[in-house]
Amino acid sequence: MSGTATSRWGLRVLGLGYVLLLLLLPLGLIFFKTFEHGIAAPLDAITSPDGLNALKLTLLMVAIAVPLNTVFGIGCALLLVRHKWWANPFIDAIINLPFAISPVVIGLSLFLLYGTTGWLEPALAEAGIKVLFSVPGMVLASVFVSLPFVVRETVPVLQEIGTEQEQAASTLGANAWQTFWRITLPAIRWGVAYGVVLTTARVLGEFGAVSVVSGSISGQTQTLPLFVEKQYQNFNLPGAFGASVLLALLALTTLLAMNLLKRKEDA
Amino acid sequence: MSAHPASATSVPAPRAGIRLPGLSAGLGRGLVVLYLSILVLLPLAALTNQSLTEGLGTFWDQVTSTQALRSLQLTLIASAIVVLINAFFGTILAWLLVRDDFPGKSVINAVIDLPFALPTIVASLILLELWGARSPVGVDIATTQAAVVVALCFVTLPFVVRAVQPLLMEMDREMEEAAASLGAGGFTVFRRIIFPNLLPGLGAGIALAFARALGEFGSVLLFAGGLPDTMVSSVYIRQQIESGNDTGAAAVSVVLLLASLLCLVLVGLIQRWAGRHERPAPEVDTTIMPFAGSGGAG
Repeated sequence: MSGTATSRWGLRVLGLGYVLLLLLLPLGLIFFKTFEHGIAAPLDAITSPDGLNALKLTLLMVAIAVPLNTVFGIGCALLLVRHKWWANPFIDAIINLPFAISPVVIGLSLFLLYGTTGWLEPALAEAGIKVLFSVPGMVLASVFVSLPFVVRETVPVLQEIGTEQEQAASTLGANAWQTFWRITLPAIRWGVAYGVVLTTARVLGEFGAVSVVSGSISGQTQTLPLFVEKQYQNFNLPGAFGASVLLALLALTTLLAMNLLKRKEDA
Repeated sequence: MSAHPASATSVPAPRAGIRLPGLSAGLGRGLVVLYLSILVLLPLAALTNQSLTEGLGTFWDQVTSTQALRSLQLTLIASAIVVLINAFFGTILAWLLVRDDFPGKSVINAVIDLPFALPTIVASLILLELWGARSPVGVDIATTQAAVVVALCFVTLPFVVRAVQPLLMEMDREMEEAAASLGAGGFTVFRRIIFPNLLPGLGAGIALAFARALGEFGSVLLFAGGLPDTMVSSVYIRQQIESGNDTGAAAVSVVLLLASLLCLVLVGLIQRWAGRHERPAPEVDTTIMPFAGSGGAG
């Protein structure tokens, strides 16, 4: 469609106008409103004991869920791509499940499994482990929602690199671990890194699943997204805005990292 | 298309490529199955069990209770409207990013993924500030059904763009030039040549966006609220959990879950169909598809 100048401009106005009204203006406005009266109020909110606790808890979720799902993701991708097995299609489908399920439904599933009438409740009560309304439940929710990313990003890269270099290495006497560390991992590193970035972003921002299992107790089981909701409900707008801007900055960092990694991957 | 169940296994088994380092494949498989069972399957089994714990009759009563039915209706209708809106604007945006050139194009290309990176509760808050009671432009749609639509448009924006973009990039322009040289106008070329080629991507993008919209929670919560008129199913589920109706919450969850799964199956079928017709299969991945092709900015 060579398109006349009019139709070209028409498309530009429609497409860019949509992005402007839906994404850019709302995002810009929140930055403006947060810093309108200086940096003190939002900073106070984030550095309040509850705010700091939320930040710490969010980072803890990342520190646990991301390494777990990265190790699982690489191992699982290797199995799916390199080891033919009749159950592989099922594993592949189960890995996609967290994307198809509403976060609230994920939260409810964990709530029912670990709750007072849940199957695991007697054993956990005996061991004195509290899962719901405490950190273990929130970790389970974070791991669940972010499970697929590393697998999904690693599988295509593994398929693409093939096995010739690995075969050469093993012919030359390298054992499986050496081949993995020296050949396979360097070859798939950008794909894995991309998956890690997506996992991190998802864990940082997870709201629905964590809100169901955590009970959102201020200063105890509140991550940053839950903190935003609570501050908003308590009419503490500077607090809600400050935490939102912090999360938005993390999101923009994520976008930047994604773009850099995509370029590395393509190069 | 890595996410398709068949594709992971369709790769020919290598003769001596790297196996799982240090572990036998059997042990690795055992660990993977264990991890998925404990983290994913067991909770979902508990959910299904709870929904049926008082029998099929109760399940049906819970799903068809006035408010549950109303929330499911709103969720379905709003999601349908949203995917149509995003199919329209998403195709335009993909077009602009691939075929047009304007200052700031690479920024727009990157920003398309923002709805994925931005926490949904923050999305809700920022939409509320611009289009809510404190709106600087005086447009207040908060706690209306329009807010549900806008919030869902926000979170599903990347899907169609990222599904159509790679198809546009790979498309052979000779066909278009041939049609144009035979006298076809711009719109005819689009309708007869370009649009049919984009269909598989459009279909996959729409199905994925629909699945995402069905379950969306955070972005709707503050902006649309939980009034009887604006309560989508996910908000209804949380409300039922809070009021102690576990069975009702679980029953609606199972319905929502089945609907999303249906969408994913549909995506698989669309891609298989596209493959059979030797059209370029959409380079999408049912999962992080929004990021599958962030090219086009160059």
